[in-house]
This record gives sequence, C-alpha cells and structure tokens, in this order.
Amino acid sequence: MEQLSVQDIQHVIAAARSFREISARSIKKVPTLRGKTIVNLFFEPSTRTRTSFEIAAKRMSADTFNIAASTSSATKGETLIDTARNIEAMNPDIIIIRHSCSGAPQLLARHIGSSIINAGDGAHEHPSQGLLDIMTILDHKKDLAGLKIAIIGDIAHSRVAVSDILGFTKLGATVCVAGPATFIPAAVENLGARVCRTVDEAIDDADVVMALRIQKERQNDPLIPSLREYSIHYGINRRRLTHAKPDVLVMHPGPINRGVELSPDVADGPSSVILEQVKNGVAVRMALLYLVMGGEKGGEAQGDI
Amino acid sequence: MISEVIILQNGRVIDPMNQTDGIVDIWLEDGRIVAPRAVAPAGTCRYDLTGKWVMPGLIDIHVHLREPGQEYKETIATGTMAAAAGGFTAVACMPNTRPVNDSAAVTRLILDMAANCTARVYPVGALSRDSRGEQLAEYGEMKAAGAVALTDDGMPVTDSQLMRRAMEYATSHWLPVISHAEELSLSRNGCMNEGPVSTRLGLRGIPTAAESIMVYREIALAELTGARVHIAHVSCEASLALIRLAKKRGVKVTAETAPHYFALTDEAVDGYNTHAKMNPPLRSEVDRMAIREALADGTLDAIATDHAPHSVLEKEVEFNYAANGIVGLETSLPLGLSLVHDGLITAGRMVELMSCAPARILGVPGGRLAAGDPADITVVDPDRRFVFSAAECRSKGRNTPFDGRQFRGKAVLTIMNGRVTFTDL
Ligand SMILES: [Zn+2]
Repeated sequence: MEQLSVQDIQHVIAAARSFREISARSIKKVPTLRGKTIVNLFFEPSTRTRTSFEIAAKRMSADTFNIAASTSSATKGETLIDTARNIEAMNPDIIIIRHSCSGAPQLLARHIGSSIINAGDGAHEHPSQGLLDIMTILDHKKDLAGLKIAIIGDIAHSRVAVSDILGFTKLGATVCVAGPATFIPAAVENLGARVCRTVDEAIDDADVVMALRIQKERQNDPLIPSLREYSIHYGINRRRLTHAKPDVLVMHPGPINRGVELSPDVADGPSSVILEQVKNGVAVRMALLYLVMGGEKGGEAQGDI
Repeated sequence: MISEVIILQNGRVIDPMNQTDGIVDIWLEDGRIVAPRAVAPAGTCRYDLTGKWVMPGLIDIHVHLREPGQEYKETIATGTMAAAAGGFTAVACMPNTRPVNDSAAVTRLILDMAANCTARVYPVGALSRDSRGEQLAEYGEMKAAGAVALTDDGMPVTDSQLMRRAMEYATSHWLPVISHAEELSLSRNGCMNEGPVSTRLGLRGIPTAAESIMVYREIALAELTGARVHIAHVSCEASLALIRLAKKRGVKVTAETAPHYFALTDEAVDGYNTHAKMNPPLRSEVDRMAIREALADGTLDAIATDHAPHSVLEKEVEFNYAANGIVGLETSLPLGLSLVHDGLITAGRMVELMSCAPARILGVPGGRLAAGDPADITVVDPDRRFVFSAAECRSKGRNTPFDGRQFRGKAVLTIMNGRVTFTDL
C-alpha cells in the first residue's frame, strides 16, 4: 500500500468492481487466467486469506497450488530464498506469500523473478485487505475524502492497521486510532493517523468504525489484563456507536472475537458491512491477479504489490 | 640479524600524549621507536610522507574475531588482515567464541594463533563461565594468560548480583569490566530501534531505555565497588546523559561508541536491510547527533567498531531472523576522519578516540610515539578519495551498510612492531 499511488488504488478498485459481477453469476468462472499457475506460499496459517486468493484464482481459471511452509525454516536448514527458488524452478506465474516476518515478500522479490503478491507480512502490511476495505467503504460513500474513519484495537501488532491507515489517508480520509496504550505503536502519527485518548473520542461523528482483532498477549508480552476489561473499555457496542454518524459503517477484518471487539448486535447489526468485506476480498484479489498478470495496465501493477 | 632502520619523513606527526602536532621525522629500529641520530645507517628504509598524517597505531577495543569456532565467518588471520588494512595495529577480541574464552587455555590458544598475524590481539575474557551469567570465570588465570578485560558481550548480564561480584573480583585482578548494556526483558524479540521507522516497517522495536537502564546499573555498581567499568557501543542520548553525570561525580566509567552510531540512523533499515541490523540498533537522528557531540566533548572516550563478521547464511534471511552486527575494521578510520573533515573534532581528538584512550582503557602499550615505545604506527592520507567495496574486504564478512560509499581519507601505511602490515602509499 505504501508504494501504491491514488491512481493505482482506483485502478484496482475499478477492476475489482467489474470482477465482482462474475461472482454473482451462476457460472462463476472466466477464462482470463487459463493456463496460469499460481502458488499460495503460506508460512503462517490463514484459512481466510488463502481461501479468498484461491477462489479468486479459480474463478479466473488459473491453476492454484497451496504450499503450507514451515516458518521455522532455520530448523530444517532451508532458507526462505531456497524455498522460493525451488518453487520458482517449477515456473509459477505468481507467488502469493503470507509470512509472519515483516519484509519477507521484499526479500523474495529481491531474489526471484516471479511476480509476488503480499498476502500479509508480519506487522507490516496486508495490501489486499487494505484495498478491499477501501472498496467496501466506496460502495457506501462516494469518496473517502473528508470521511472520519476510526480504527479501534490492536494497532501495534496489526498489518491491517498499517495498510488501512496508509490507504485511507492517501484517499483523503482522516484516520483516528484508539485503544489501550499497549496497542498503540510508537510514532503512529507519522503514518498519518491521529491518536485519540478514548474510543468515544475516535468514534465521535465517525463515518466508519473499524475494529481490529486483538490478542491478550503476544510472545510473553502482557498487553491487556483480560478480554473482559478490554470489551468494557474498548469494545464497540450499540451505545458507543450512537456517537458516530447515523449511517456509520462497522467493519472488521476478521476473524471476530465476538463480544470482545464488537458486541454481537453490532457485528450482525444494520451498520455492519463485514460480510461485504469478505465478498469484496475475492473481487479485489481477482483484480490483483489480473493486473499482476499484465491486465490492461500490467506494467505498473506488476511486481511487489 | 642486522636491524633495519625505518625513517618516516616529512609527515605531520599527531601524537596528543606528547602534545606533538607537526612535521617531525620518526625513526624506528628493532620494533621500537628510537631517537633520531645524526647519520642514518646504510640500508635505512625511508618513507616520504609529505601530506600524510603519522599517528600512534589505532587500537580497536571491540572486535569479534570468531576463532575458535566460527571460522567460516572470520579467522584471527583474516580479522587481523582487515585490521591492518583499516589502519589498526591492535584489536581486543570479544570472548563469544566457541568455546567461549572463559579460561586461560582458550586465552592462550587465541594468543598462539595470533602470534604471526598482522595486528596485536588482546583477548578479552568472559565475565562468567561460558558467558551463562551464573558463575564467575577465573579472572586471575585468564589475566596471567594474557586477558586484558572481562565481558559477557552479546550475552547481557541480567543478574545484578553477579555483575556486582564480577566488578569486585575484577578489581582484585586489576582488570576493567566491559558492559554490553541491555535490559533483555525490554529488548526481547525486538530487531530495530523503536520509533517511526519500526512502526512503518512493522518490525518490533527496542526502546533506548533498554540500554540506558543498564548503563545506570553499571554506573551504580561501579560506584559501589570502585571497579573500572567500560560501557560498550553506546547508541543513544539517554545513556550519554548518565555517563556524563557519572564522570562528573568521579565514577571510574569510560565509554565507547561505534562508527555506525554516528554515521547512520534507523532509516538505514528501510527495505529490510539486514546490513543495518545490529545490537544495540541504529537509533534516531537525535541520538546520532548526541553521539557526535559526546565524541567531541569527551563523554565518549573511544571509537570501537564492534566488528561482527557474518556470512550470507546469517544475513540473507528474513529481517527478524538475521544475525546482529556488521564488519567495521575497514571503514572505521574513514568514518572517524569524516568527523575531522566535518570540523566536529580535531585530528588530535580522533587519535585520542582511536588510539590513546583505547590503550589507556585496556592498560596496554601504544597510543603514543615516544622513543622506546613499540613501533606501532598508522599513516593516513587524509584526503585520499575512494569508493569502499565490500567485495574487496580483507575480512571474510561482507556484511556492511557502507558498500559503495564514497570516503575521503584512509590508512596508507600500517606498521606493527616495526613491521609493515599494510601499505597503499
Ligand atoms: Zn555487544
């Protein structure tokens, strides 16, 4: 997302909209990528993202292969570069990579020639999620410019947060983040976000409220005392939502801890567009595959997205 | 054996310990500096060093030579060749070898292997057995074998009681304790400086407090025990403020920084450059400026490289998994000279930082050019412009963030014990 221009983003969304229509047909398949080989190289389990990319590829008639690689490559003596070179030797057209280490897709791109799509790296970026979030908002609001978007929860350990903050602000939205201080990364303002001291301050008059998945602790690092206290002070419920705009959109990249980040009535309520996010996810990923494979504007979209 | 006389002529001799800075001839004979005589004997070797700087041999007090145990990264032979090429006549090698240098036997092994190499090697002994942070190592035995200081560098001492006892026991053997100051509970899993860049790159940060907390502990324990404590690779302003105050109070604390901390910031990590990954990490611009100031005002005593060679196996991997450290012996002097060219310090101050103070901290010879001193001399062409190439390193390590950098000034003649160990005149 950091490298994408506003034009690039608009281009992907426009393509995704045209592909979304395919998913609504009774025969959900076009021959666009027939004969192309796409490898899902996942070093971190993520059924949702992997399935989304896989469905996207299959709807475009590409052949897909899933490789669940071990993150502890060091223990088996094979490096990430080795693994990727081995896969590259089989001539895939696109490698989709998910890795727990930030920067893994960049490392790969420096060493192999295949096109690479980043399906999430560490706490760095999750560009396809950022794009599908933008697409979902644009389905309801004409423009992101001038919108107030609140992102609540674990900003520090979330790749979605970085891609969303960068993408939303590029398109002119004001992004307010809130959560306990243990979840707010150093100098997040430099990404373009405003840090609010309370959830209510962030939600106040917001056009969009995005809740992020949280974990109580990570790598022996205590972050919050309990999910219970989190839900009381930072969970999005109907009462808190009354301070947002009446037509507020509630979003979540999933999977939801029901009753923690979002109360069930909000998650399933009229403001929630969470399932639309999932639907748009497939469309955005179809668009990315298409553009990376040299669709009308291939040159620019090629490479490390 | 007929002794050969070498005369270094017409160079600008910079010898702060003798308050000398001017054009003087230096005579060498039998591995020592000698007083000039009226007539030079036949067969005298003369070097015309017009326009060059002649200084006491540079001493790097923080080097990882990797031998014994990790010879694929570096050996004592290749490490000392890199030292000579970088203008160093002596290096102190850290004990984190395999086995750890925690005994007289390993200390002697290192010295034996270093005997015919191109730089003096001063082994630093482990502070605790196997650097595990549990029991004291045998300081008396190691000192008798040739160890000059004690540290568990790379394995920060978490147990404050052990550090206290180490300092006390070290005073009984007149050895300084070198501290790699790092509070592990704050730095754990971190891989770069905590700040805007770590947030942008999604990498877990290490706050400067992880260093300064331990710097303060070492100062407090130095005050308690009266030990001589040397703080290794200071990277941030917070540590400098503590050291400055401690020195004012008369605490026996000295400190070094490494060239990368005054030359680079955490912006160098951009693109997940593993050649910008070290511990402590590259810090912010504010810290970098504070380091430069502290080099000038005396808060920092020495420049040491923390030369840490690694192979591609440790560096061409995910940033999180990459090993810490960069090679430094062949870029330290050009980077030190950049401070002189920038007008931040004088040439004399640079010699203090890279030769006089290192000798004083470790209690080893060198750091001055008086008759009778060992003939350890570095000759510098302060204006020679060159492009540094990692591929041409003498070190086995190619892990440097300075590959391709334009430098002004370098060592052109290195003499150790009266023997030319490097020449590029
Ligand atoms: Zn260290």
